[in-house]
Amino acid sequence: MSTKAHASAKVTAYAIEATGLTKSYRAGGTSGALVPVLRGIDLRIPPGTVFALLGPNGAGKTTAVRILATLTEPDAGTATVAGYDIRAERGRVRRAISLTGQFAAVDEGQTGAENLRMMARLAGLGRAAARARADELLDRFGLSEAAGRLVRTYSGGMRRRVDLAAGLVGEPEVIFLDEPTTGLDPRSRMELWDVVGDLAARGTTVFLTTQYLEEADRLADRIAVLHDGVIAARGTAAELKSRVAGHRLDLTLTTSDAYLRVTARTPHATHHDPPARTLGLPTDGTARHVRALLDELDPSGTEIAHFSVHTATLDEVFLTLTATNPAAAPKEPTHA
Amino acid sequence: MRDLMRDLMPDPTPDPTPGAIPGPMPGPMAAAVPNALIMTGRSLRLSRRNVDALITALALPVLLLLIFVYFFGGAINTGTDTRYVTYVVPGVLLLCAGFGSAGTAVAVTEDLKAGIIDRFRSLDVGGTAILAGHVLASVARNLLATALVLALAFAIGFRPAATPAAWLAAIALLVAFILALSWLSAAVGLLAKSPEAANGYTFFVTFLPYPSSAFVPTDTMPTWLATFSDHQPVTPVIESLRTLLLGQPAGSTPWVALAWCGGILVGAVVMAGALFRRRVG
Repeated sequence: MSTKAHASAKVTAYAIEATGLTKSYRAGGTSGALVPVLRGIDLRIPPGTVFALLGPNGAGKTTAVRILATLTEPDAGTATVAGYDIRAERGRVRRAISLTGQFAAVDEGQTGAENLRMMARLAGLGRAAARARADELLDRFGLSEAAGRLVRTYSGGMRRRVDLAAGLVGEPEVIFLDEPTTGLDPRSRMELWDVVGDLAARGTTVFLTTQYLEEADRLADRIAVLHDGVIAARGTAAELKSRVAGHRLDLTLTTSDAYLRVTARTPHATHHDPPARTLGLPTDGTARHVRALLDELDPSGTEIAHFSVHTATLDEVFLTLTATNPAAAPKEPTHA
Repeated sequence: MRDLMRDLMPDPTPDPTPGAIPGPMPGPMAAAVPNALIMTGRSLRLSRRNVDALITALALPVLLLLIFVYFFGGAINTGTDTRYVTYVVPGVLLLCAGFGSAGTAVAVTEDLKAGIIDRFRSLDVGGTAILAGHVLASVARNLLATALVLALAFAIGFRPAATPAAWLAAIALLVAFILALSWLSAAVGLLAKSPEAANGYTFFVTFLPYPSSAFVPTDTMPTWLATFSDHQPVTPVIESLRTLLLGQPAGSTPWVALAWCGGILVGAVVMAGALFRRRVG
């Protein structure tokens, strides 16, 4: 514990700072082609903030976390975590962080208390201190009653909490949560969100990866969207939303043929619903822009039956930013 | 091996300003032994909870002893005056050590399958400590099974004529054998893709006592098999245990046996270190 206080004395501007991280893996063993997973990632995360790395499956989120947590070496690039270099000061980085992955990293055949005491002892605490620390964490995560039960008997939410608690035994300065709520029911997800909020309130830097925009929106001070190994966009949730226009224009077409024709003219559509013959497009929501879009897409005035305007969700931001079609990049509203 | 070295070495670059971080900062080297002991405690707790595996680990040796003594024993002529139960006990002990050590492979593979290895590594626990925990727990499990077999053997007529010193030497040799096989199993566990596969690979280890002098004298075998049996590692271990326990002059055989165990142990530790590094990164 004193270690942590002293380590914190090493003042750095960022809890996590990374420049040009790249990593490739060989597909299919040693003979396969090199597949780039990360293609130059830069990150600057101030201490005491919650940062979300948002991206679809296979975007490279887990690889980024493993590199920062010193479990995988990057091919190129540099990074410091809690002020320590991830290559040269591997041991110091490890003592300053904790990592909670997608799969519970606790023993099913040990009780919650046994798991936490073991982790606390591995983190360097003595027997009595480890016991006290385990009890404190079990209490904080609402697991005191289940402390003496084997983890095998825990629910999914309880496992995730004991796993998170196990990561906190060493009082880390930086916590990595790799898809912390994947596979959890809504109630357990809410409980976990409260825990993350609590961690942030205590001044811990939290780096989380998620596929859920709602989660990033709710928890993170800042978000970076990882797509295809590069950061496609970054900012606060509000900034990201404003990047892709604030609203969505939904058009319902008169016929399926009309739907196909209009779809072909709008590569920047963010929402497609062929059965309902509905298309969604980004817009700033002004009458002028909506009118311009309607005129542009339906010059004859016969193909669009109805339209409606909604405030954009972060989902649409995400789709816009990660769409593989380059034309789908946020298009500036064309003010006539 | 590189991983092993890395585990044992302090950070490559010590903090340039040591004054910035006062107080003790135990490096991986200082922590390796306590960590290995903590990991041993963990493995033992997990073994205790894994009731099926534990029953198998204890019941199988007992059954093997009874099978060899009562099913086969009557028909086997060892060509000596020794009762078959006394002849076969060292062989059964080794056979059990093979089966018992194989559990290490499954335990290692299960750790790899779960995310817990990453958690240990992020706590800066080295691969050596993790594997050593499994190996030491395996030694403890096997010694329990050995005690059980010996107790039963005494009950059904096993009458060794060993001096206390010979007993100690025999037990030390058995521990060396279990240690070597358990590390070998740990390496196999790092090679296997799944716990089931790990279990399959260890078949060779558990099979080795059969073509040896464990159950029948090798001169009763066809020449080619006898040649193999006389020169494989299990035979000198068995012969040493037998001569030590029967109070016969052991000659240089125990040293040959010890050399085999030492060689397998060093090879397995090096291999496990390299495999851990490759598998876990």
